[in-house]
Amino acid sequence: MKILAIEASGPVAACAVLDGEILSAEYSIQYKKKHSQSLVPMMDEVRRMLDLDLKGLDAVAVTAGPGSFTGLRIGAATAKGVGLALEKPLIPVPTVDSLAFNLFGTASLVCPLMDARRSQVYTGIYDLTEGFEVLVPQRAVAFSDVAEELNALGRPVIFLGDGVSPNRAAMEDLLKVPYRLAPVHLSRQRAGSLAARAAMLYEEQGEACLVSADDFRPTYLRKSQAERERGDQRDFRLI
Amino acid sequence: MKDITILAIESSCDETAAAVVVNGRQVLSNVISSQIDIHTLYGGVVPEIASRKHTERINQVIRQALEGAGKDLKDMDAIGVTYGPGLVGPLLIGVSEAKALSFAAGIPLIGVHHIEGHICANYIAAPELEPPFVCLVVSGGHTHLVLVRDYGSYEILGRTQDDAAGEAFDKVAREIGLGYPGGPKIDRVSREGDPEAIRFPRGKASGSRYDFSFSGMKSAVLNYLNTAKMKGQEVSVPDVAASFQAAVVDVLVSHAEWAMEEYGLDRFALAGGVASNSALRAAMADACQRHGAAFYCPPPVLCTDNAAMIGAAAYYDYIGGIRSGFDLNAVPNLRLGER
Repeated sequence: MKILAIEASGPVAACAVLDGEILSAEYSIQYKKKHSQSLVPMMDEVRRMLDLDLKGLDAVAVTAGPGSFTGLRIGAATAKGVGLALEKPLIPVPTVDSLAFNLFGTASLVCPLMDARRSQVYTGIYDLTEGFEVLVPQRAVAFSDVAEELNALGRPVIFLGDGVSPNRAAMEDLLKVPYRLAPVHLSRQRAGSLAARAAMLYEEQGEACLVSADDFRPTYLRKSQAERERGDQRDFRLI
Repeated sequence: MKDITILAIESSCDETAAAVVVNGRQVLSNVISSQIDIHTLYGGVVPEIASRKHTERINQVIRQALEGAGKDLKDMDAIGVTYGPGLVGPLLIGVSEAKALSFAAGIPLIGVHHIEGHICANYIAAPELEPPFVCLVVSGGHTHLVLVRDYGSYEILGRTQDDAAGEAFDKVAREIGLGYPGGPKIDRVSREGDPEAIRFPRGKASGSRYDFSFSGMKSAVLNYLNTAKMKGQEVSVPDVAASFQAAVVDVLVSHAEWAMEEYGLDRFALAGGVASNSALRAAMADACQRHGAAFYCPPPVLCTDNAAMIGAAAYYDYIGGIRSGFDLNAVPNLRLGER
């Protein structure tokens, strides 16, 4: 299985090539430059460094969302374009799953926190001790809800993601379980983790994990503001 | 010379479009997937929703364009894509997709200016048309009077200082209860109204005499409606629509006539979504006749946002040696003549 992985869901623009057991390339940038300017040049650099024949790829892995709406779409449209040009399928991976996979094998629970603004985080709770077990699947909630669930589970936890720093004080206040923060090299979205998780999905599910490039659409976990407000108006009328 | 075949992509607003164009003039396919039904619910284009819809549909639209042309991606000499001006979210979908196609298929990439595309729609509609000529670009987002000196060489004579003409149409249509999109609806209702029933002011911009201002005209309509309401008078929607439309058309045509006089060019072209307006077309055709100028106006399918026009513009960029890098970004405020 040869996979090109494309990640643009958060603060990092990244790509990777996984060739069977070998992560041939992983290129990651977290900088003020826009993903739309950096992502494809990075992919092109990787191609040249690897003398990569794109036709030899089996699939394109992409973070399926949630994340920054614009970032998700830059990643999605890029993956869709590559998929269309090469006639290759996509392997969408839920963003929070991909982020959790950074800490595969740890004995603590893993809790990625992506800054979702509006006082929420995109998060989930994972037990990665032996396999990839999703205890609470990804969703958008307030950190206080996450803290409550973690306290109920009663196990040590590691946090990671760009939602960590906005919630440091809340962790101190609300958590009754021991917790640690992932080190910097594991604390953001990684295209290598995305590629590896995609390969694992293919191993477990076979073709069921593949989505055609035409049909793929990101998972936002949130409606647009206009749709929300329109919904709100309807609610007011009901009252 | 070998034929140059271009796949063009346009997603600057609420139309997801792709086309295959040969030598800038021959359209093999022109696919437009409109989102207008969704945005009508909100009374205008919602950028976030438009961006989501573009993402969902773009591959199918491109595939349809290639199939409709009977071509494969590998037959393309270049990929042209609108990179501005427009809504940044929607623009980014086309730009990201085009860059990925260019990267994966090894085909040169050309970033195209949306307004240049509208102007170049005239090359498709009129194979004999060549620069220099004067072009009035009027749409929901743009009102530009442009001197087209040569292929890819433009001088902006005037632009709107506030609302675009199409935007004013939308706002007035909303006020008189016609809804979105305003342009076609006002056009239709106006046929039953008297364009001289109400004398709305012909807005005058403060800058260059070629500049436009439509917000005053729009306010005059709102004032008229409010006054009538307070006095309990009935308002004739067709008369208001026709009178407002006449005021807009008057301003557009008079500016165009000044340009024809000053630059002495015997070719004049309309472009952009509002170029489909029947009153504007008729008045501009008359004006051109008075000035002995040939009048060009693309059919409605090439006036609305479409990718064929982007393919036409990309062709002239292509033969001019212009290529874009993989770092091409969406530029929402891109100015005409800028790169």
